[in-house]
Amino acid sequence: MSTTQAINNRSKTAGLEQESSQATSTSSVYDTKQLNLWYGDNHALKNIDLDIKQNEVTAIIGPSGCGKSTYLKTLNRMVELVPNVKTSGQIMYRGRNIFDKDYSVEELRTRVGMVFQKPNPFPKSIYDNIAYGPRIHGIKNKKILDEIVEKSLRGAAIWDEVKDRLNENAYSISGGQQQRICIARALAIEPDVILMDEPTSALDPISTLKIEELVQELKKDYSIIIVTHNMQQAARISDKTAFFLNGEVIEYDNTDTIFSNPSDKRTEDYISGRFG
Amino acid sequence: MRYIEHDIVVKRMNGRNVVNKLFKSIFLLATLSALLALVILLYQIVSQGASHLSIDFLTNFASRFPAEAGIKAALVGSIWLMLVVAPTSIILGVGSAIYLEEYAGKNRITTFIQMNISNLAGVPSVVFGLLGLTIFVRALALGNSILAAGFTMSLLILPVIIVASQEAIRSVPGELRDASYGMGATKWQTIVRIILPAAIPGILTGSILALSRAIGETAPLIVVGVPVIIQFLPEGVMDTFTALPMQIYDWSSRPQQEFQQVAAAGIIVLMSVLLLMNSVAVFIRNKFEKRY
Amino acid sequence: MSVREKFDSELYSSQDQLIQLSNMAVNALGKSVGALLNHDIDAALEVIEEDEKINRLEEEINDRVILLIARQAPVATDLRRLIVIIKVASDMERVGDYAVNIAKETIRLGKEEHLVQIVQIEKMHKLATTMLLQVIDAFVEEDVSKAREIAEIDDQVDDLYGEVLTELMLAGSGNPEKIRQITQLAFIGRYMERSADHATNIAEQLFYLVRGRHYDLNK
Repeated sequence: MSTTQAINNRSKTAGLEQESSQATSTSSVYDTKQLNLWYGDNHALKNIDLDIKQNEVTAIIGPSGCGKSTYLKTLNRMVELVPNVKTSGQIMYRGRNIFDKDYSVEELRTRVGMVFQKPNPFPKSIYDNIAYGPRIHGIKNKKILDEIVEKSLRGAAIWDEVKDRLNENAYSISGGQQQRICIARALAIEPDVILMDEPTSALDPISTLKIEELVQELKKDYSIIIVTHNMQQAARISDKTAFFLNGEVIEYDNTDTIFSNPSDKRTEDYISGRFG
Repeated sequence: MRYIEHDIVVKRMNGRNVVNKLFKSIFLLATLSALLALVILLYQIVSQGASHLSIDFLTNFASRFPAEAGIKAALVGSIWLMLVVAPTSIILGVGSAIYLEEYAGKNRITTFIQMNISNLAGVPSVVFGLLGLTIFVRALALGNSILAAGFTMSLLILPVIIVASQEAIRSVPGELRDASYGMGATKWQTIVRIILPAAIPGILTGSILALSRAIGETAPLIVVGVPVIIQFLPEGVMDTFTALPMQIYDWSSRPQQEFQQVAAAGIIVLMSVLLLMNSVAVFIRNKFEKRY
Repeated sequence: MSVREKFDSELYSSQDQLIQLSNMAVNALGKSVGALLNHDIDAALEVIEEDEKINRLEEEINDRVILLIARQAPVATDLRRLIVIIKVASDMERVGDYAVNIAKETIRLGKEEHLVQIVQIEKMHKLATTMLLQVIDAFVEEDVSKAREIAEIDDQVDDLYGEVLTELMLAGSGNPEKIRQITQLAFIGRYMERSADHATNIAEQLFYLVRGRHYDLNK
């Protein structure tokens, strides 16, 4: 970490833009600038500025209704499925504004996978669930599909548990396994970023722990943004933490700092359970 | 200071239990009376018509003589009618349902359309007959053909199919749509690959029940001008035809006592067809029982 | 690496750092006593200089443990172990400070001839060193019986301290001009005795860690 920072600093002073983009561990995936969002008249996100780094786990915490899920869903524009949504500002994803007219949501969502609050496998076989993404993007070759399915299931650390029952309905396995199937399904479109919206809120503690371990594994290859109600989860698994309150980012810093020495009183009150 | 005196509550318990049992009996009686009506109806029809039921009855055309009267033309005619009604009403109905649920914005126009569809479902069938007479028989000059009658029947059951399909589509959990959209699927891909497969049992069940209503309807056919006595089988959709309820209606309105038995036999055939269709609906519903 | 493995490895590295800190403190104490015996001002200066490292390591251990508590919310034995690591680190850091104090006295004494034999102080140092090394062993092995032995050695150190004081008192009675040196040597004895007390404290912490209850080993 400190070496790459040093590299960055050196490149800044030398004005070598090229070099800083090669220092991959600190380059941005998402740079949000002055994002505002309204649901009808309800101003749900206010002047959000967030710079999200590659190959890190970024946790978003905050009380219910603070806008954390809304922000997450804005990152892949799923929020637009809600009627009467208006946005202003920019979200630069890899240098391109996702709100640009010529940026199709389908393209964005192929690069940015999503895992939802409740495990939501399709009522199809485990195999067809994983193959769904590749198929809609035009892959028909059975051999290639087989490879993608195995690779994705291995990536989600569930291959050994389901390899003999790929043709069974995805609802025949436990909730925790279903959620890992959903993670595998997201991996199958080979995304760059994975958004997770309270992925463990419907799971038991052991399944939760497995998902948390999986997140640690996945950050080697993906950038992960996770919304969680569970502050301890954010503390355990994230590198950076953003605290949202009433649609604003109150504090965004290294998770170490947020949880040991936050600079805003409201952050401290929230993480220490003294809120309100 | 207590608000609930438990001793008094216990004292009053008996009276409450009596009222409880009384209402239970009333509701049971209500259910039994409906069942009783059905049993009497079935008993009467079977006792009247069973004697007349035979292979000949199914293979003979209509006749002036009760002993020779058969239901062949009506049975085949009804099947022809269904061959027109089923694709027309299901394609239009499911299409409208998909549009209203997945594509249409939630605005006043949609609400207006929605309200009209619900109202149409309540319009008497004879009114649809008049509509069919005006549009299909006369304006489009289809005459009293299978096509004209089929289109009229399709209009009649369309609102039912639309509402049932909307219900089925709406019951597909939003999370499945989210999952599909979240992977970059288009709306059409999501509808074809996720929503329709999940909604199809509900859509089919609703459609079959609607079709079984169409097969039993008489009023629109009378208004459209479907004849009763036909001594040949239709060979295409432009041919004229007759249908089961028409035939039964005709027999039961004849003065001879024997024709009442023939009518009863016809009812048994019609009810068997209805029962068959309903069992298919139940089978489909059970077979594709939703797993989410 | 799994979440739990990460916690465990962090826990073990803080424990390793604690062992390193203990060795540094014990070495500092030894070096300061050596400097005292040999009137070695340079060695004394080194002890003072190196204390900075001890202090820094203690801070590092503290920060590490606090982050671990903040992020992993440990409970039961894990929690006690982390708290005990912080306390032991603070004990060891104090031992390092005593070494610095002894080194400072050594510099003040300079080449001055010692009024009394410092054999007793040397003995105290040996015992204190044994205690400190043994208590860290016991901590790593979670061996409560070893910890109990340490409390017994502490009694010997206290006795020796009494003897040192008596001897110094006697030596001072005829030489009022040597009062300064006598006070300095008494302080050095005191530092040694305190170092041994810290070893006993650590032993008590070990009991707390293993048994989850507080024990007073001085009784």
